[in-house]
Amino acid sequence: MKLLQVKGLKASVDGVQILKGVDLEIGYGEVHAIMGLNGSGKSTLSKVLAGHPAYTVTGGEVLFEGKNLFELAPEERARAGLFLAFQYPVEVPGVSNSAFLRLAYNTQQASKGGEELDPLEFDDLVRERIKVVEMDPAFLDRSVNEGFSGGEKKRNEILQMAILSPKLAILDETDSGLDIDALRIVANGVNSLRSEHNAIVMVTHYQRLLNYIVPDFVHVMHAGRIVKTGGKELALELEERGYDWVRAAA
Amino acid sequence: MSSTLQQLVNQPYRHGFVTDIETEVVPKGLSEEVIRLISKKKEEPEWLLEFRLSAYRHWLTLEAPDWAAVSHPPIDFQEIIYFAQPKPKKQLASLDEVDPELLRTFEKLGVPLHEQKIMAGVAVDVIFDSVSVTTTYKAKLAEIGIIFCSLSEAVKEHPELVRQYLGSVVPPSDNFYAALNSAVFTEGSFCFIPKGVKCPMDLSTYFRINTEGSGQFERTLIVAEEGASVSYLEGCTAPQFDTNQLHAAVVELVALDNAEIKYSTVQNWYAGDESGVGGIYNFVTKRGLCRGVNSKISWTQVETGSAITWKYPSCVLLGDGSVGEFYSVALTNHMQQADTGTKMVHVGRNTRSTIVSKGISAGRSSNSYRGLVKIGPKAMGARNYSQCDSMLIGDQCSANTYPTVEVQNENGVVEHEASTSRIGEDQMFLFASRGIGQEEAVSMIINGFCRDVFMHLPLEFAVEATKLLGLKLEGSVG
Repeated sequence: MKLLQVKGLKASVDGVQILKGVDLEIGYGEVHAIMGLNGSGKSTLSKVLAGHPAYTVTGGEVLFEGKNLFELAPEERARAGLFLAFQYPVEVPGVSNSAFLRLAYNTQQASKGGEELDPLEFDDLVRERIKVVEMDPAFLDRSVNEGFSGGEKKRNEILQMAILSPKLAILDETDSGLDIDALRIVANGVNSLRSEHNAIVMVTHYQRLLNYIVPDFVHVMHAGRIVKTGGKELALELEERGYDWVRAAA
Repeated sequence: MSSTLQQLVNQPYRHGFVTDIETEVVPKGLSEEVIRLISKKKEEPEWLLEFRLSAYRHWLTLEAPDWAAVSHPPIDFQEIIYFAQPKPKKQLASLDEVDPELLRTFEKLGVPLHEQKIMAGVAVDVIFDSVSVTTTYKAKLAEIGIIFCSLSEAVKEHPELVRQYLGSVVPPSDNFYAALNSAVFTEGSFCFIPKGVKCPMDLSTYFRINTEGSGQFERTLIVAEEGASVSYLEGCTAPQFDTNQLHAAVVELVALDNAEIKYSTVQNWYAGDESGVGGIYNFVTKRGLCRGVNSKISWTQVETGSAITWKYPSCVLLGDGSVGEFYSVALTNHMQQADTGTKMVHVGRNTRSTIVSKGISAGRSSNSYRGLVKIGPKAMGARNYSQCDSMLIGDQCSANTYPTVEVQNENGVVEHEASTSRIGEDQMFLFASRGIGQEEAVSMIINGFCRDVFMHLPLEFAVEATKLLGLKLEGSVG
């Protein structure tokens, strides 16, 4: 069984059709990159999969481990193992990062019948996992994303991924706004979380990230569809030749 | 998502039932005759009747205040019942003589009156309509000299104390509603902590308005003598009627040298329905006087109910080195209106005050903070810190802040910080995308917002307040 099967997915926002029939299959242990110009529908695809309320699904189907994803509320998708790392992580004043992480962790554990952790036990876990993104543990006591730099927010997203161990992690332009050191740290973090039991989808404009997290498949989106799929060399070709030739071929 | 959030916020009021109990009421309307009748029913001494009558005469010369950012039709004071009490009225020797229907009411409300069941070490005075039903732990407290009883009882048993302090902080002429209260107050709690005594348990009053069309005019008086300290809790509910009910209370606190009073309120009067029909008009005057040196008065309030809230728990910092604190969470939803805040009046030297106000508005409600920090000419070295934060839920509510600062000497220090934020769809989506359901998300966001206030509540109250905010707000984000 495939981890994720997207068939003819159509979706709109504010009455404007953005996704016009997306087909995509993702298997366990795979790393996919979805590339394309602004407005091609990459970020919309991420948000539709995660269940953002602003988007309306108008056609097609998505199976997550064989189950109809659209029958699940956003929080149920998360509990089923879907994770979205946000392009623009929001701030939540007054809510400590550690309390937020623990609530998320315990909620997901509870839904799986797993063991919930008290604050002390959770602290051990989070201090272990935070090494993955080389973050200062002081960030755990601060309010979620409040006053974090762009790079710190992105690292915080990957920390959440490290805590929640999703089956499918969608990284929506996680590389944007990162300097080269932060990019390396984030990429190392993601790589350390890769396994044969999960899969990663990177949504990105640039080849740069793919030097650090090497994809098995590269897809090119254009005008709401995936118009070309290839191996990691496709990303290099795009870097060299731009998107025009793909669009022309589509 | 926003519609689900709406549902969450819009959970029905759980205390809106009416107790079917025979009630004795004085006919509606206000006159010297009614005041004399109330005073007679309560077997009051002459001086108290005079106190009432002079307040009434003064009240007749006043206009209802219209400066608050709230609107309501004019109140017809002749349509209000000023005195209602459960029948039969007789001296209760013990709880066993309380009408079982009343006991069931309070059990439904989560206020068990039987002492063995009362939550760990809290003494409770319970006011039902105009009458105090019972005061628990009274005997135990009396052993160490603490007086905790209904105000009527205090008038009978400790008249000299009541006479000395009643109206000493909020004089009958203070304002329109204080004058009205002074004329017609029917019940309340009296609490006296003698010199050097630290009250070993939290004292609590639980207010319940039951009779339709009745007003509640309670009056609470707390005195802490030199070196004494006490923590006092106040809870309020009312049944659901489609007429508005007036609640005009007065609370007076007096702290002598080195005394400390901590006063916490969780106010959950009926707020009216979604379209603003019914609900309590909560027009309350609360003030504490730090009379002695190094005395301290701390107000913590969680205001979630009432159609209209108009209250400004204040501190007059008379004694040198005295400290005033005000921690407030005011939540409004639907058509609720709140205009609430505090006054910190610095008179003595080196007096300090702290104000932390958190306003949460949802639905089509309006929520205002109004505050005055006044540093008098002799208050050398006085300091104030104020923080006023507003949170908006949805886009049809409003939040306003009206801070006033008057500094009359050159070395007072006043700091003010303010912020406004909004619970947005994106915040909710962040929680959802991590597997966290909407109720828990709203609760966590709101509790994060209110953390600086909740940490000042006694533990049981903090738990209660957290739950209450969750209930009140379930569903209002979008």
